[in-house]
Amino acid sequence: MADFDVPELKEYPIIPKLKEGTMAHSAPYIAASKFQEPLGFPGELVDNWKEVAIDKMGDLLGKYRSLQVFLDSCVHCGACTDKCHYYLGTSDPKNMPVARQELLRKVYRRYFTFAGKYFPKLVGATDLTEDVLDDWYSYFHQCSQCRRCSVFCPYGIDTAEISMAAREIMDAVGKGQKYCNEIIAKVFVIGNNLGLPEPALADTLEGLEEDIEEDTGVKVRLPLDEKGADILLVTPSADFFAEPHVDGLMGYAKVFHEAGVSWTISSKASEAANFGMFIGSYENMRKIALRIREAALELGVKRIVFGECGHAWRVAYSFLNTLAGPFDFLDPRYPVPQHICEFTYDLIQENKLRFNKSENDHMRVTFHDSCNVARASGMGKMEGGQFIIPREVIKASCNHFFDMEPDSIHDSTFCCGGGGGLLTDDLMELRVKGALPRMEALKRVVEENGVTNLAAICAICKSQFAKVLPYYGFTMDQIVSVHQLVSSAIVLKGSEQEAELDGKTE
Amino acid sequence: MAIEVNGKSYDTDEEGYLADLNQWEAEVATAMAQADGTELTDSHWEVINFLREYYEEYQIAPAVRVLTKAIGKKLGKDKGNSKYLYELFPYGPAKQACKYAGLPKPTGCV
Repeated sequence: MADFDVPELKEYPIIPKLKEGTMAHSAPYIAASKFQEPLGFPGELVDNWKEVAIDKMGDLLGKYRSLQVFLDSCVHCGACTDKCHYYLGTSDPKNMPVARQELLRKVYRRYFTFAGKYFPKLVGATDLTEDVLDDWYSYFHQCSQCRRCSVFCPYGIDTAEISMAAREIMDAVGKGQKYCNEIIAKVFVIGNNLGLPEPALADTLEGLEEDIEEDTGVKVRLPLDEKGADILLVTPSADFFAEPHVDGLMGYAKVFHEAGVSWTISSKASEAANFGMFIGSYENMRKIALRIREAALELGVKRIVFGECGHAWRVAYSFLNTLAGPFDFLDPRYPVPQHICEFTYDLIQENKLRFNKSENDHMRVTFHDSCNVARASGMGKMEGGQFIIPREVIKASCNHFFDMEPDSIHDSTFCCGGGGGLLTDDLMELRVKGALPRMEALKRVVEENGVTNLAAICAICKSQFAKVLPYYGFTMDQIVSVHQLVSSAIVLKGSEQEAELDGKTE
Repeated sequence: MAIEVNGKSYDTDEEGYLADLNQWEAEVATAMAQADGTELTDSHWEVINFLREYYEEYQIAPAVRVLTKAIGKKLGKDKGNSKYLYELFPYGPAKQACKYAGLPKPTGCV
């Protein structure tokens, strides 16, 4: 199945022996000029790339004080070394967070610190050379910006931010990554990562309405570009396209239907994802975020709700207001933005949704906390809501829920292995190996609690698991959307399911 | 990159997808499948032809559910599911079948 060795799942996690350079060959395809230029980057490696790179680094150090603090403050204590899923899965020492940071730090020292300028050898400072640039390209595309290491760093050094800076420098010299940059260009031209044009989206949504009606007997709508709707749903385009994502989308629609609210999807902002963050480009991230503001204004909505997408929720929760605000035209009684899990959770608290949990009795479910939701945002009005709310939604929809090991959930969650702009076939070896710690934790609840399914609230996690689960002896359909569980268990008013249930109880 | 079929050369991208959709011919699909060790049967062609028709109309590959529904309508409900499609195209219907059909690779979180 694979032209590389799939790691063996062990009884408990073991910190692997170092295998130097074992992932040095791993690098994603370089973006061609047609994918670079729409983003404002040079089409190919510029002749004076060293100068441009150092200038860009200086520019970023001036713009982001955090970056300079992160580059200055590491004391090499080693607390992060065994915290990265890519290190645990590949054994390559350059995948230890401290070593990954060091790739950028050693160049920073050489050009931006007194000691590094005059005594480079004494302080581990290095010239920027072609080899260093190649190392950057390889190993900064072996970081999913999941920020697990930063949780354990006593200084709170955020490798994700260093990784984003490195990618931005590489884009500035003309060495961008095809996967991310091709996608961002599509968002600008068509409105979403997939390149799904409005007529195809309309056709797809219509098909889903038919399916729901066939299953339940209830006409549940999935409206597109409906002016005057109360809620704009912004969701990853994978929700329209892939499985199990689409089952989650049908769940959102049923919840909106039961809540009796008017809502719409926008063909202009038919994408929650914002890959501008992955490449560290503030300009591109802002441009992508502004589509949501424009769509909200054009449609005249009062609220914005985000679907199940991990990094989109980080951009939305943490940055949306500064990127595309102020959102003073929205109804101030609701959070801007709101997560679909929070929306559903509130209705559950108010007893406004009816569930028949036994519809999910063929499943024993665990929950995978997605990095960007767990470590970079919050949810709802409570501390730790991003951990509590999705679990409560799952528990309201199924009878059997089990958590994985404490050091692999909540803010210690392991990345799925495909986040941060790495969900591309040319990085399959990395993706499979990086999934190891999550697969080990999953195996444990499978064996101890008979868990059958893994639920997630991130489009990347869902696609990644569908792909890598089979490498570890599981099946691709073991990954489910949280709102897929809601969709199966929710009893719509006037549905065949309601009639059947009430018929039985009479 | 390029592939050779019957002495004619076809440009592809890094991942083997045809650079120009209009260049596509049935022989190209057969050759791509052969390179993956797959013999294209009528069942494969049902899917490939549907993908091309859909693309012609919508400029995008169909969503997995749109595809499974269409195949289900045509070939019976037992075949209208992704399990059947994965049996035909083990690398994934969206990606492998699109490649044989000459369509660009679906991008994004899929």
